[in-house]
Amino acid sequence: MSSVGRRRNLVLFGGALALVIVTAVGLSQLASDQPDGLEFVAEQEGFAGSADEHGLSEAPLAGYGENLDGTDSTNVAVAGLVGVLVTLGLGFGVFWLIRAGGSPPESAGS
Amino acid sequence: MHIPDGFINPSVSAAAGVVAAGGFGVAVRRARSYLTERLVPMAALVAAFVFAAQMVNFPVLPGMSGHLIGAVLAAVLVGPAAGYMVMSIVLIVQALVFADGGLSALGLNIVNMALVGAVGGYYLFRSLMRATGNRRGRVPMVAGIAAFASVPLVAVAFAIEFAIGGTAESLSIGTILWALLTTHTLIGIGEGLITGLVVGAVMAARPDLVYGAPSFAGRRTTESVQ
Repeated sequence: MSSVGRRRNLVLFGGALALVIVTAVGLSQLASDQPDGLEFVAEQEGFAGSADEHGLSEAPLAGYGENLDGTDSTNVAVAGLVGVLVTLGLGFGVFWLIRAGGSPPESAGS
Repeated sequence: MHIPDGFINPSVSAAAGVVAAGGFGVAVRRARSYLTERLVPMAALVAAFVFAAQMVNFPVLPGMSGHLIGAVLAAVLVGPAAGYMVMSIVLIVQALVFADGGLSALGLNIVNMALVGAVGGYYLFRSLMRATGNRRGRVPMVAGIAAFASVPLVAVAFAIEFAIGGTAESLSIGTILWALLTTHTLIGIGEGLITGLVVGAVMAARPDLVYGAPSFAGRRTTESVQ
């Protein structure tokens, strides 16, 4: 791949990652705190009470930062940023490990 | 759409765990056959996006919100096998780090969102693509329609699990199924719009990286296209 192509890929990847972080850290601040569809139906139909407490509800980032000491908005921002980095890192690791082997390395000017 | 612990009894939850784990094995084997090195950053980025977008609940009805599932989005962008893995990774991180989605319900959530949502949704997308002439320009719209339909589909999967293994007693499964279908059809509108927009943006920038598009430059192993 040419260096121009590589630079364009880096710019696209960086731009997309920036949008992902803006979504998790910024847009998430505007998220509705109403129950989602399943929670709503569970409440309406009378089976919400059959849910057990989550086994990890004391975890530092449980409930997307509810256990943190900061303000609501910094807690959500921290949770969003950590979540993006963890899923990105885990994704890279897992997909890199299982990537298709045996394909020839990309040659210059492809 | 994340099932908490307790809704579904342990045996059905465990059975779903077995299906989810077996499915992950199959997904790894299939993804290995097409997910080349140049697709790795895309797949990781899609996982991060699905996580981020799921944090943003949008209002749907008074007292009810919805959020993107992202299963069809992931499967159209990186293929059904890697899409299954993307959804599994997101659900595992949500359950283990953010206490979102039950631990014993992890298999159920993977069956619903990765198997039914991503794999089922992908084949719906491909059928619609074939039915409409497999045109590159239609990929975002068709992805949006499949994504829209995938949300009530995932809700039906939950209704089936609830009918088999729901712990709450003396409830009418018909009423619950109807409530799930109507609410999730409405939520599906948001799913379809977001999926169409994001797939459209990726098609504009890198149509060669979009697995489900006729313009995909890699090889597909899960099906023959045209």
